[in-house]
Amino acid sequence: MEIGLTHYLTVAAILFTLGVFGIFLNRKNVIIILMAIELMLLAVNINLVAFSTYLGDMVGQIFAMLVLTVAAAEAAIGLAILVVYFRNRGTIAVEDVNVMKG
Amino acid sequence: MALYILPVFLPLIGAIIAGLFGRVLGARNSQIVSVTLMGASAVLAVILFHNVIVDGDVRQVQIFEWISSGAFDVNWAIRVDELTAVMMFVVTIVSFLVHVYSIGYMSHDPHIPRFFAYLSLFTFFMLTLITSDNFLQLFFGWEGVGLASYLLIGFWYKRPAANAAAIKAFVVNRVGDFGFALGILAIFLSFNSVSYDVVFAAAPDMAGTDFTFLGHSFDTLTVICILLFVGAMGKSAQFMLHTWLPDAMEGPTPVSALIHAATMVTAGVFMVARCSPLFEYAPIALAVVTFIGATTAIFAATIALTQNDIKRVIAYSTCSQLGYMFFACGVSAYSAGIFHLTTHAFFKALLFLGSGAVIHAMSDEQDMRKMGGIWRAIPLTYAMMWIGSLALAGVPFFSGFFSKDIILESAFAANTGLGMYAYWAGLVAAVLTALYSWRLIILTFHGKPRADEKVMAHVHEAPPSMTIPLIVLAIGAIVIGYLLMPMVGGETDFWGNSILVLHEHPALHDAHHVAFWVKALPTVAAVVGIAAAYYFFMIRPDLPARIAARFRPLYLFSYNKWYFDELYQVVFIRPAKYLGYGLWKQGDGGVIDGIGPDGMANAAMNIARRAARMQSGYLYHYAFAMLLGLAGVVTWFLFVRT
Amino acid sequence: MIIETIIFYLFAVVTVAAGVMVIGSRNPVHSVLFLILAFFNSSGLFVLMGAEFLAMILVIVYVGAVAVLFLFVVMMLNVNSAELRAGFLHYLPIGGIIGIVLMAELILVMATGAADMEMPQMVSAPIPPAHEVTNTEAIGNLLYTRYAYLFQASGFILLIAMVGAIVLTFRRREGVQRQRIVDQVARDPKKAVTLKDITPGEGGSWKSD
Repeated sequence: MEIGLTHYLTVAAILFTLGVFGIFLNRKNVIIILMAIELMLLAVNINLVAFSTYLGDMVGQIFAMLVLTVAAAEAAIGLAILVVYFRNRGTIAVEDVNVMKG
Repeated sequence: MALYILPVFLPLIGAIIAGLFGRVLGARNSQIVSVTLMGASAVLAVILFHNVIVDGDVRQVQIFEWISSGAFDVNWAIRVDELTAVMMFVVTIVSFLVHVYSIGYMSHDPHIPRFFAYLSLFTFFMLTLITSDNFLQLFFGWEGVGLASYLLIGFWYKRPAANAAAIKAFVVNRVGDFGFALGILAIFLSFNSVSYDVVFAAAPDMAGTDFTFLGHSFDTLTVICILLFVGAMGKSAQFMLHTWLPDAMEGPTPVSALIHAATMVTAGVFMVARCSPLFEYAPIALAVVTFIGATTAIFAATIALTQNDIKRVIAYSTCSQLGYMFFACGVSAYSAGIFHLTTHAFFKALLFLGSGAVIHAMSDEQDMRKMGGIWRAIPLTYAMMWIGSLALAGVPFFSGFFSKDIILESAFAANTGLGMYAYWAGLVAAVLTALYSWRLIILTFHGKPRADEKVMAHVHEAPPSMTIPLIVLAIGAIVIGYLLMPMVGGETDFWGNSILVLHEHPALHDAHHVAFWVKALPTVAAVVGIAAAYYFFMIRPDLPARIAARFRPLYLFSYNKWYFDELYQVVFIRPAKYLGYGLWKQGDGGVIDGIGPDGMANAAMNIARRAARMQSGYLYHYAFAMLLGLAGVVTWFLFVRT
Repeated sequence: MIIETIIFYLFAVVTVAAGVMVIGSRNPVHSVLFLILAFFNSSGLFVLMGAEFLAMILVIVYVGAVAVLFLFVVMMLNVNSAELRAGFLHYLPIGGIIGIVLMAELILVMATGAADMEMPQMVSAPIPPAHEVTNTEAIGNLLYTRYAYLFQASGFILLIAMVGAIVLTFRRREGVQRQRIVDQVARDPKKAVTLKDITPGEGGSWKSD
């Protein structure tokens, strides 16, 4: 059948949801959270490019590029924080990350 | 007009100057100011007395309008009639003499200006009470003298006993004042006014009426008069509200002389006499007055017999004599009551000030068991005490004789059961009066000295500032009775319209015509008492102790003041304390604080603690919350918005 | 068209499966590798949609930089293969339901046409026909003219990220001698060297006087 906008958006939606699951369902370590964030950003990119194609508007792709930039920067900083945290605490198990308990 | 206003307000000015500027002026100048102003007030009062009594110039001087609220109209006015003039005469002269006496007595005290300020303040309130033209002004003065009494009893405030006594006086007074206030409210309710003129004029019409309260109906005037009399009971230390008077001796002796002998305690008698137009139409109230007065007369005399503190004996003597004045009023012999009030003021003040001189001579010793054998050392004081005691006992030709006799004769002539009770009670009390008065003189001045050598070496006569008032009072104690006989004369118009006696109550009138033995018995009673005292304390000084040991329960009953203090402690004070404590801890602390501040604080803390548990610190909890929010928003957009 | 459909489904299914394995894998290294797989396949999706420049950039940046960075960190932190901790299944029902609800809604938005598609009027930068201008050139035309400031800003963001990463992880070791260039350069040549006259045969002290 004709591959339409909906198909791409469906893929993006599923990827997004998977990313969200990855954030609060995982118990292993914090890196999984960062990877889940990357998944979500990927889903958003798919969404933007799909719309760009089907609306015939270049702006979507420009925006996707900017999102890409930000994602890369954020991954770098996130990992840097993680490294420092590991240096200080010695563990990156999610359940041990509760120093900010209210 | 100034003649009428100045006597009342000059003492107030003296009080303000001495009180507020005492530290600036210094002790000497404060004394000069207050004594001078008091003296001026006394002179004006004598002039007024002459104007009113001799010339019959009765007046009302309005000063200003005080309250005007709907039907309630009260003016501040000075009413000068015969009753007022007599009272002013007594109050200002005795107050002036006490002021002079205090110069010598309080000379070593560090707080002289405050003392004189309080004395003058008291005089002002007393004069306001006397010259009032309506019940509210009377109440103002009434409360004011209570306040002054509190301030003066607790004058040496560093002594805990003085503080306790001052509070006791004020609280017991308050109980009486509560009744008094209810009486004034009842007056306003019934008469729609509190002005004397209106109320007294309308009294005859109110005579038989009733008013209903809580479903029962009571005779209006009876209720009003009994309530007013409750106030008098508190102020004049009558039978059940007397507990404060002996403790009030914690104050300096001039205070006892002025307030608790001559003036404040007589305010009750004055009030009953002033309200004679009301009392005359309430025979039940008069009966109550007679009964309480007679009972007080004899009850206080029995206690005075066993007391060891010289001032307490005189205090109970005052209580007893006030009983005489009240039962005189109770049998409608108001003028006899006021007459006795006048003579009593002089000789009782004399006795108190004389005892002050004795205490001063004995280096502040007040226990008679530690005195004795000093009559040669202080002959003037000794003579003064003799004169005072003779007047008190009612020995012929001293002033007390005239007033006490006419009272007892009136009681007899009243020809009622209560009148008879009053007569015989008064007679027995007269015997006891003479007995304890001479017990006092003998124990204090005669016999072997029971004080140590140091004290005995120091015994000396008082300075002139103390002895001159004594001499003046002694002169008064001797002649006032004879001079003021017209007060109770048969057909004189001494009192004009100030006292009302209905024709149905001819006690005073008939008193002049009773049998001779009735007139003679009081004198006989006095002589018997004096002889008994001489026998028991001079000839056989061991007898009293043996009798006391033999009849120990009776002795203790008298010595412990009929256990009234203990009774009140159990019945009123302890329950009140528990109630207050309970209400404080459980009521205020438990309920109100629990719901209010504490409850709110705890609730806030609990809610905050529960809210804080949402901050678990776990990232996935927060992410989950975000997801929930997101899902909610998307759902809302999808289904709620079109 | 059938080719397109098959390729689309191929790429889509692999992407989703890789995504599932990213979060469900026990070994974190496996997770990273599956992430790389997901990136590759979505790059394929991009090519299918006609955005080939973005597709290549995705491979270079995401796979070549970000995923490699992840791998470095995973290796460096020496994370053990963690067993599934208790509690995973506790949240699964609630979380699962809400997640599925969310996904369903996201799909439903498109499928039911609830969002209105007033598309043609809102085109602000129309895509030029592919036979005239390549995708790359089209992006360049737009990026350096209309969105130049945004481009510069994104450069700044990357700069900050680089600086930030260094600042965060930089560690000064104790007791390590470092060059202090300032001191070195500021040294006075006249004082640096002294000439000592020493008679032969006798030693000399190295101390400066």
